[in-house]
Amino acid sequence: MRFADFFNALLEGKVIGQKCLDCGSYTCPPKATCDNCASRNLEAVELSGKGVVRTFTTTYVAPSGYTEEAPYTVAMVELDEGPWIVGRIDLPNEEIEKLGQDLIGARVSIYGKEFPTEPFYPDKKRRVVPMFKVEGLK
Amino acid sequence: MRDVAVLGVGMTKFGKHPDKSLVDLFAEAFFEAFEESNIELKDIQALYYGNFVGEMTDGSGNLSGFMADEIGLRGIPAIRYEGACASSSVAFREAVKAVSADYYDIVAVGGSERLYTAGTEIGTRALATAVDGVYEIAAGLTFPGVFALAARLYAKTYEIPLEELREMMAMVSVKNHKYGAINPKAQFYGKLGDLKVEDVLNSRMISSPLTLLDCCPMTDGGSAAIIAAADIAEDLVDTPVYVRGTGQSSAGGLFRQKEDIIRAIPRKKAAEMAFKEAKMTPEDIDFVEIHDCFTIAEIIATEAMGFFEYGQGCYAVRDGVTSIDGDLPVNPDGGLIGKGHPVGATGVSQVYSVVKQLRGEFRENPVKNAETGMTDTLGGDFGTLVNMILSIHRR
Ligand SMILES: [Zn+2]
Repeated sequence: MRFADFFNALLEGKVIGQKCLDCGSYTCPPKATCDNCASRNLEAVELSGKGVVRTFTTTYVAPSGYTEEAPYTVAMVELDEGPWIVGRIDLPNEEIEKLGQDLIGARVSIYGKEFPTEPFYPDKKRRVVPMFKVEGLK
Repeated sequence: MRDVAVLGVGMTKFGKHPDKSLVDLFAEAFFEAFEESNIELKDIQALYYGNFVGEMTDGSGNLSGFMADEIGLRGIPAIRYEGACASSSVAFREAVKAVSADYYDIVAVGGSERLYTAGTEIGTRALATAVDGVYEIAAGLTFPGVFALAARLYAKTYEIPLEELREMMAMVSVKNHKYGAINPKAQFYGKLGDLKVEDVLNSRMISSPLTLLDCCPMTDGGSAAIIAAADIAEDLVDTPVYVRGTGQSSAGGLFRQKEDIIRAIPRKKAAEMAFKEAKMTPEDIDFVEIHDCFTIAEIIATEAMGFFEYGQGCYAVRDGVTSIDGDLPVNPDGGLIGKGHPVGATGVSQVYSVVKQLRGEFRENPVKNAETGMTDTLGGDFGTLVNMILSIHRR
């Protein structure tokens, strides 16, 4: 599975990964080998697209190519199937600051959002960011 | 395998060098090392050079040949090593292996980098080339971001209120700036020596919860060392410093390491490899120069290397265990936070500090009765990890 397949699916609202036919564990984003046992006996599957925030940070000083988007909050989410992925929290900055550490453990659903690419990004047409929509917030 | 020793070490002052090129910085460090090695130029058989982002900061790649030519070693094999912030530690370890394997007798090692002069935006993007270039950079993950993610996960996992952890992290900055301020080669020499915890907490937020003073600075600088087979070294210099053990390990992106990002498993593997080779344990180490690119990074490193239990490194800082007069002095040269971090040059600058300490030449901040020291260099988000143990005792 190519990296472009992962992002194309994300823009259609799907999170795709691989199921290992040897050990049964899931790998996402895609890899040439199972992330658990290094088997190449993998099957492409659609995942639930849901998970839990495990950690996050609001970035105020962004690299060249990303400064227009700052401040933005990068998070690592553990998918219900086990893999962790990196993306951004889809919440206003003030709300994230108010939540603080309480954001950890929040349930999220995942979708893809298109951003302009930058000179060093591998996809020269666009940059797709996994977005984490926090569920059940009052 | 032969024993290997360090003949001489050199480093430029770390800081801002808009008027010196990558080649100038390396050459300056190299000749300091050369002057104390009691050899002739023609004795050097190869150059192992570390640089991370010369293409982005100076528009320059293919650097090793230019380095060798500059110092008068035209024609020798010259190799550039890239392992992000651990580039020159990788170079040093490869050099040690080549001498140990009897392929060369005497070789030069070093590195140079210019991140201060590159400016914050280019510098931040250049450093971010060490995160996963497809799946992590897409979201705009930066290096402070990597360790900010680790800090929040550390607080959550070990059930420490974040504000309490931030105070202990700030103590790392206070300690390392205190030592950096008295190291003449440090970027912050004469500055920030009496920093308070509140200053760190209240400085500008970079990537929450890390403030500017939780981060090491952007730095220009160069470093160098000359190493030789131990038998040869003993004929050349009064105090050879022996390379007793080295270790190296690797990892993929943060998202592949999951909750292990606060346990730094590659570092655990690299340190265990170095201890095994040295036939030593953490108790044999008198002090360490650790990769404190961020305050939380020093805490995680001391745990992964085996000095403290997981989740206890923060209390070691708070209780003064890692101060110069504590049981395990950490970063007596100021570390990356106080001394500066010219990434490709950092690893060999740690070797410089350990060698000077062991020879009793680190007069500004001496570790009492130091006989064995250790370095720890981290490249990327644990993608390249190198540990080295140096001692005044051969075996
Ligand atoms: Zn498997």
